[in-house]
Amino acid sequence: MSAEPLLRIDGLYKSFGALAASNDVCIDIAPGEIHAVIGPNGAGKTTLVAQICGQLQPDAGTVHFDGRDITLLQQDKRPALGLVRSFQITSIFPDFTALENVAMAVQLNAGHSFHFFADAGRDTSLNEPAMGYLKTVGLQASAGTPAFALAHGQQRQLELAMALALKPKMLVLDEPMAGMGPDETAHVISLLNELKGSVTMLLVEHDMDAVFALADRISVLVYGKIIATGLPEEIRNNAAVREAYLGSEDDADA
Amino acid sequence: MVNKRNLVFVTAAVLAAILVPQVLTMLGEEYLIGTASRIAIYGLAAMSLNLILGYGGMVSFGHAAYFGVGAYVVGILSFHVFDGSSIMGFQGTDAAVLSWLLAIVISALVAFVLGALSLRTSGVYFIMITLAFAQMLYFLFVSMERYGGDDGVIMYNGRNSLPMVDLSDDTSFYYVCLTFLLAFLLLFVLLVRSRFGKVLQACRQNETRMRALGCNVRRYKLAAFVIAGAVAGLAGALNANHAEYVSPDYLHWTKSGDLMIMVILGGIGTIIGPVIGAAAFLLLEDFLPLLFDATGFPTFKEHWRIVFGPLLILVVLFARGGLVGTFSAMRGDHER
Repeated sequence: MSAEPLLRIDGLYKSFGALAASNDVCIDIAPGEIHAVIGPNGAGKTTLVAQICGQLQPDAGTVHFDGRDITLLQQDKRPALGLVRSFQITSIFPDFTALENVAMAVQLNAGHSFHFFADAGRDTSLNEPAMGYLKTVGLQASAGTPAFALAHGQQRQLELAMALALKPKMLVLDEPMAGMGPDETAHVISLLNELKGSVTMLLVEHDMDAVFALADRISVLVYGKIIATGLPEEIRNNAAVREAYLGSEDDADA
Repeated sequence: MVNKRNLVFVTAAVLAAILVPQVLTMLGEEYLIGTASRIAIYGLAAMSLNLILGYGGMVSFGHAAYFGVGAYVVGILSFHVFDGSSIMGFQGTDAAVLSWLLAIVISALVAFVLGALSLRTSGVYFIMITLAFAQMLYFLFVSMERYGGDDGVIMYNGRNSLPMVDLSDDTSFYYVCLTFLLAFLLLFVLLVRSRFGKVLQACRQNETRMRALGCNVRRYKLAAFVIAGAVAGLAGALNANHAEYVSPDYLHWTKSGDLMIMVILGGIGTIIGPVIGAAAFLLLEDFLPLLFDATGFPTFKEHWRIVFGPLLILVVLFARGGLVGTFSAMRGDHER
C-alpha cells in the first residue's frame, strides 16, 4: 500500500461514561480498497462509523479524508467531499416513492435546492440519473412504489442507491446486508464487487460470506480496540481473532 | 398532477368563490361578505402555517406573532397619519401598497430572527421556544402605551387606500383578499412541487437522512419559516384592514392555536385543507351560537366551544387527514 491513504483514522478515542467505545482506533484505507471492519455486537462499530461521518465527535484523535483533516467537519458538509454513508437501520423517506428517494439524493448532489417554481417531479435531469441508480441496485421495477411499502431488503437496496447517487469517492457502509434475503445479499455482493476499484469502501458487516468475498483487508474491533488488521487469510488464521470473534460463532469458516 | 376531474373541481371552486358576494346580496345577507373576507384572510394565514407545519414538520406554536406584527405595521402606520406624528422620521402612510409591503418585509425579518434562534432546537423545545417568542412579542405590544397597550390601535382613517379600488367597500375588499388567497394557492402548488418543496418534505420525513445526504437542513427550514412569516404578515395586514383595528390579541397564543386548529381541521399537509379548515372554523364560530339560540339552548350560546372542542377531537380521532382527507377518501382518491 504505497499510495497515500484516502481515509486515515488516527488514535480515535470516544467514551460514553466509563465505556470506551473507540479506544485508540487507527485505520488507513487506500484508494480503491474495500476495508471491512468486523467485531462482535457492542464492539463499537457503529460508533466508529458515526465519527467518520460526523454524526459524533471523537474525544481525541483525527480523521483525515483525501488529505484533509475532517475530524470536526460538520456532517452535512462531508458528502460534498465524496464521503458518503449508508445506515445500519434503514433510513429513507417513507412517503416518497423509490424514484423520489433517489431523485432527492441526485438533487442534493447537483447543488443548492433554492429553486422554487419548476416541478421537480418532472425534472428529467433528476429522474433519469435516479432511474439509472435504481437499475444499478436492481430496483427499477419498484420505482413508483412508496418507500414505506417496499420489502425490507428492497429498502436496503434503495438505501444503497441513494448513497451511490451522491457519486461518492468513498462509501461507508454500515451493515448493508442486514435483513436481506440470500438472493438480495448475493445481488449486493456482486454489485459491490462491480464498484470495487472505482469506489473505496469501508464495510461494516456481520455476514462473513460477504466480508470474505469482498474485503481486501479486514480490521477486527473488540471492545473499542483494533486487535488485528490484515489480509482475509491472516485474519481467518489469527488466533486472537478466532478466540475473540470468529471462535464465538458456531463455525470459523462460515 | 392536474387531471381533468381536478381541473373541473378547481374551476368550479374558484367561480363559486368569485360569486360569493352576489349570492349573499341576493339572499339579503350582505353582512356575511365580511365573514367571507375573514375566511380568505385566515385561509392565507393557515396555509402559511401549513407550509412549515404540514410540509416542513416544524410545529410552530407562535405563528400568530407574524400575523400580529403584519397587522401592527398597518395599524401603526395608519395611526401616525391620523395622529400627525412620525415614527423614526417617517410620517406613516395610508397607502395599501406601501403599508402592506412593509408588513410583509417586517414580519419576514422577525421570522428570520426568531426562526434562526428557534431552529437551533427541535421537537418539544421548538414548540416551546416559538410559543415563548410569540408571547414575548404579545407582551411587547401590550406594553406599548402609545399604540393603545391592551386596547390596541383603532384605525380612525379607516381602511388603507388602493388606487382604483375602494377598500372600504366590503365586496371590493373581499375580492382583494380572494386575489391574494388564489395567488398564494397557485404559488403554493408550485412551491411544494419544486426542488425546495421536495427538500422541505424530505426534512419532515427524515432529517437525519437529509444531513447524511449532505443537506444543510437548517438553511432550508429557515427559508420556509421566513416565507411562512411573510405570508402570515400579509394576512395580518389584511385583517387589520378588515377590522380597521389592531390589538395584542392578534398575537396571543390562542390565536396561534386557532391557526393550528384550522390546519388540522381542514387537513394538515394538503394544499387546500387549511382554507377549508379556516372556513369551517369561522363559520362554526359565527353560527354555532346562533344555532343554540334558535334551538332553545341559550345556555350554550356563550359556551359554543363546549361543542366545538369535542367536534375537533372527533375530527382528529376519526378523520385523519381532516376534512379534505375525509372528502378524498369518499371520492376514492389517494392523492393529496
